[in-house]
Amino acid sequence: MKPQTRWMSLVSACGAVLLLAGVTPAPAAAQEAHVGALTGHAAAGKAPYTRYCAGCHGDDGDAQGENAQWIDPKPRDFTLATFKCRSTPSGSLPTDQDLYNSVERGFVTTNMPPWVALTPQNRINLVAYIKTFSPRWRTAKPGTPITIPAEPTATIQSILHGRQLYQRLECWKCHGPAGHGDGPSAHELTDSKDDPIRPYNFQTGSRFMCGTTNQDLYRIFMTGLDGSPMPSFADQLSPAEAWDLVHFLRTLQPLKTRESAIWHEWAATHGAELKPIGPEGGGQ
Amino acid sequence: MIVRFTALIAVVATATIAAPRHQPAAGMISGKVTYTGTLPKVRTIDMSKEPNCVTQHPTPVTTQDAVTGPGNSVRYVVVYISAGDQGAPAATDTVHYDQKGCLYIPHVAAMQVHQPLEIFNDDPHSHNIHPLARVNAEWNKSQPKGAPPIRTSWDQPEFIPVKCNVHPWMHGYFVVLATPHSAVTDSTGEFSLTGLPPGKYTVTAWHERFGTQSQEVTIGGSETKTANFVLTARPY
Repeated sequence: MKPQTRWMSLVSACGAVLLLAGVTPAPAAAQEAHVGALTGHAAAGKAPYTRYCAGCHGDDGDAQGENAQWIDPKPRDFTLATFKCRSTPSGSLPTDQDLYNSVERGFVTTNMPPWVALTPQNRINLVAYIKTFSPRWRTAKPGTPITIPAEPTATIQSILHGRQLYQRLECWKCHGPAGHGDGPSAHELTDSKDDPIRPYNFQTGSRFMCGTTNQDLYRIFMTGLDGSPMPSFADQLSPAEAWDLVHFLRTLQPLKTRESAIWHEWAATHGAELKPIGPEGGGQ
Repeated sequence: MIVRFTALIAVVATATIAAPRHQPAAGMISGKVTYTGTLPKVRTIDMSKEPNCVTQHPTPVTTQDAVTGPGNSVRYVVVYISAGDQGAPAATDTVHYDQKGCLYIPHVAAMQVHQPLEIFNDDPHSHNIHPLARVNAEWNKSQPKGAPPIRTSWDQPEFIPVKCNVHPWMHGYFVVLATPHSAVTDSTGEFSLTGLPPGKYTVTAWHERFGTQSQEVTIGGSETKTANFVLTARPY
């Protein structure tokens, strides 16, 4: 080979390498999802995504699917990598388990159904696929899930302390003095895309957006629902206080829970001692 | 041994004192930002849903997205070096951002990536601080009355709108820049960028409603160059 030819072939080889680097897809880590023994692959998630998800979430994951304009709340925009239901602190990416749970649970009061009809393998493939829509999955790792200590037994003291916290942290400004979702700021709330959004109304007794258990409730206000007006209270509440707030919040729902039984028994004789919750109230 | 140690201290001290004399000449760019065109309407903010904040303002507060002053000057314009930065030391002083009287003070805060940011709540009630970041991570935290400041910083350059969901009239900006050389125009529309070594710079002015404008400025030595900007105001 003449020196010039050799040099030319070297250049073209380099060019080929560069070209390959340019079109090489994201590192494997962002293309996979892991939950328990399941491993999801983004490539396998594309077909079920196109069939079941793209109608609302859009082919590009940008929440611009053909149905999106008709539904409210709007579908999640995966290009932003901002998710409401997480076990991780506000501002961090959710875990694969969080996303898998969301696909399985669906979101009550929205158009997102529980996708229990899909096989676990299909669901984990979908999780891997939606992680390809934002570059954040390649540059950042999911946050560390918050620690939730064992739940103490609900007592009237914990409920009353939770009620004080509901007043002091001003949960009532959106969720209303009685938890009816009618606080003074409720009607002007907008999400991060400036779309109107309603606070949860405890009076409906419905499931929460991110689960049904007391642990889920704890997690909701400690991590916040990113992309929505619901902030994280993790810096403001000790674990003991957070459980007290959980116990009080349960009394706002018209459900036969242990907390509401304790509450109603106490309120029957002591109700008159309570200060109202709200702008004038002391919350106790 | 003690003598040697003292001598060492003396040498170090001398070097420390002498150091500034050898710093290269640094220039400055200063100027004024004005507007032409039609301003958007300035509206009075209705804070009646938060009585605490109504009482903090003897005169009604108006919207801050287009604050102008005498001689068509524009306040809250971020002026920064967008090209030609010669790797100056990172800004390490803490940027303070207050929530007071249901307003963000300052309305626009400019900072460098990784520069410490402290967010305070000086109001006798709760706020939730919600930076709507897209490139950086969006977060949303509650900060009740008396809560300690939130200490944070940003990893990527970005113009981040900030809002409080509880008080929807509260709007502000974190302007996160790659450069440590930035300034926000004052009530007379004036700014100055200091500590610029000789070189050719692109200076950019950004306003949340009136857009972005750039111009080239060359600094030759210890001199002050003027860079004025005329932004086009739009009513909508």
